[in-house]
Amino acid sequence: MKQIYFDNAATTKIDERVLKEMLSYFNEKFGNASSVHEKGREAREAMEKARKIIAKSINAKKSEIYFTSGGTESNNWALKGLFFENYPEKNHIITTKVDHDCVLNTCKWLETQGAEVTYLDVDEEGFVNLEQLKNSITEKTIIVSVIHGNNEIGTIQDLEAIGKICREKNVLLHTDACQSFTKVPIDVKKQNLDLVTLNAHKIHGPKGVGAIYIREGIRITPFFHGGGHERKMRSGTENITGIVGFGKAVDVANKKDIEKMKILRDKLIDGILKIENVRLNGPMGNKRLCNNINVSFNNIEGEAIGGYLEQRGIMTSTGSACASHSLESSHVLKAIRLSPIQSNSSIRISISKFTTDEEVDYFLKTLPGIVKKLRRLSPLS
Amino acid sequence: MKYSKKVMQEFLYPKNMGEIKNPDGVGKIGNPICGDVMWIYIKVGKNKNKEEIIKDIKFKTFGCAAAIATSSMITQLAKGKKLKDAKKITRNDIFDSLKGLPSIKMHCSNLASDALKKAIEDYEKKKNEV
Ligand SMILES: Cc1ncc(COP(=O)(O)O)c(C=O)c1O
Ligand code: FES
Repeated sequence: MKQIYFDNAATTKIDERVLKEMLSYFNEKFGNASSVHEKGREAREAMEKARKIIAKSINAKKSEIYFTSGGTESNNWALKGLFFENYPEKNHIITTKVDHDCVLNTCKWLETQGAEVTYLDVDEEGFVNLEQLKNSITEKTIIVSVIHGNNEIGTIQDLEAIGKICREKNVLLHTDACQSFTKVPIDVKKQNLDLVTLNAHKIHGPKGVGAIYIREGIRITPFFHGGGHERKMRSGTENITGIVGFGKAVDVANKKDIEKMKILRDKLIDGILKIENVRLNGPMGNKRLCNNINVSFNNIEGEAIGGYLEQRGIMTSTGSACASHSLESSHVLKAIRLSPIQSNSSIRISISKFTTDEEVDYFLKTLPGIVKKLRRLSPLS
Repeated sequence: MKYSKKVMQEFLYPKNMGEIKNPDGVGKIGNPICGDVMWIYIKVGKNKNKEEIIKDIKFKTFGCAAAIATSSMITQLAKGKKLKDAKKITRNDIFDSLKGLPSIKMHCSNLASDALKKAIEDYEKKKNEV
């Protein structure tokens, strides 16, 4: 059976051009970027090339980009690094109720270390309340950390407006841009960003590699101590193959793919909303990530829908409690005020630049029958 | 988390789904942990020895794959059984017939055995009322 991969918010298939670029760094050019000989130089040059591409893509300087093991590490470093740099003079962190678990659980842990954390509310579409943000900033505030493109419901926050507030109030702004990177313009100067978390595996690059942009002059405690790599900020022999792949993935990303995804996304949304009693979670149009669709189907359970879709070769994901490890429903869907039942009846469909019109048609042809069958089985309908 | 082949089969091709018109007993159970809901309908009849048995049984479930599979399984286990034996069906019986369930899904099988018990109790209550 043909497989249709609609879970690109979880991870993406590596682009062939990226893979090709990486391969020789496994064997021929296996050097350690710290070595002074030819092999080392080769690796170092490849790494600096990637750094340059990534820096340029967000209008930063090369020296402001640090490579890490991915989004989780970058987010952990941003929050813990700034907290320990500023504690105990300052101890307040502001984030949102719709940030990724690796931000929220870092904040929860920092609370055990003396941090005070404010979790900002969002509106029904997932947008941060800017007034509440303004009013939450105190003299003790170290940093505001806001997810740029939401991984569950696709909401794109207005970073420029948030950046302006943070600049006026003189606090730092960090954004987790794992989902939005290369899909939504990021300009650290225009948007007043002080720290930005990026990773490769959401953009057809390899897993286990990411980066963080840290504005020049910001004092932050290193996360890993050791041999002094990455200008003494992040020790550990650099993951050259990963970094090379990351750079190439950014290099090959292009606007045409975004436009294509938007069209397919909207075709999917329109088609799904033709089914009765379905609601779209998150905003419509340009404030939504070009690859994200999240919908709740009245009276049927997300995991069950996902299971039937998979039987037809379609891989999606669910925000439903029943499918998660904890049996707690999604904190994001709760934050946009879905009832537990509504949030349990949601699925996320996330496409990529490789998604085709035929795949979309097949999905739209398959879904209504599944919904009908499960609704017939449901005591709620 | 991975489901057994048997669970997938019962989930994708559930038996005895739907409702019974004018049932003799109904058991409605909600799962406090995950918010899921299961209804079981029974029709009671008698066997040759004039003992009460579950003549027909159907279910409706709002829940995960495991909840649907356990619903389907319990209706098959209960169908034709004497009431007093059907009441004794435990989550372990369901677990075994399904060739296992992921540990986080064990509560889904509670849902099924509780719903069946409740349906039988409902029948007995109504019977005693008349
Ligand atoms: C918004 C967001 N932040 C962070 C992460 C974690 O990134 P990584 O898997 O590279 O650690 C992810 C994806 O898993 C994500 O979607
Ligand atoms: S019934 Fe909800 S997790 Fe199974």
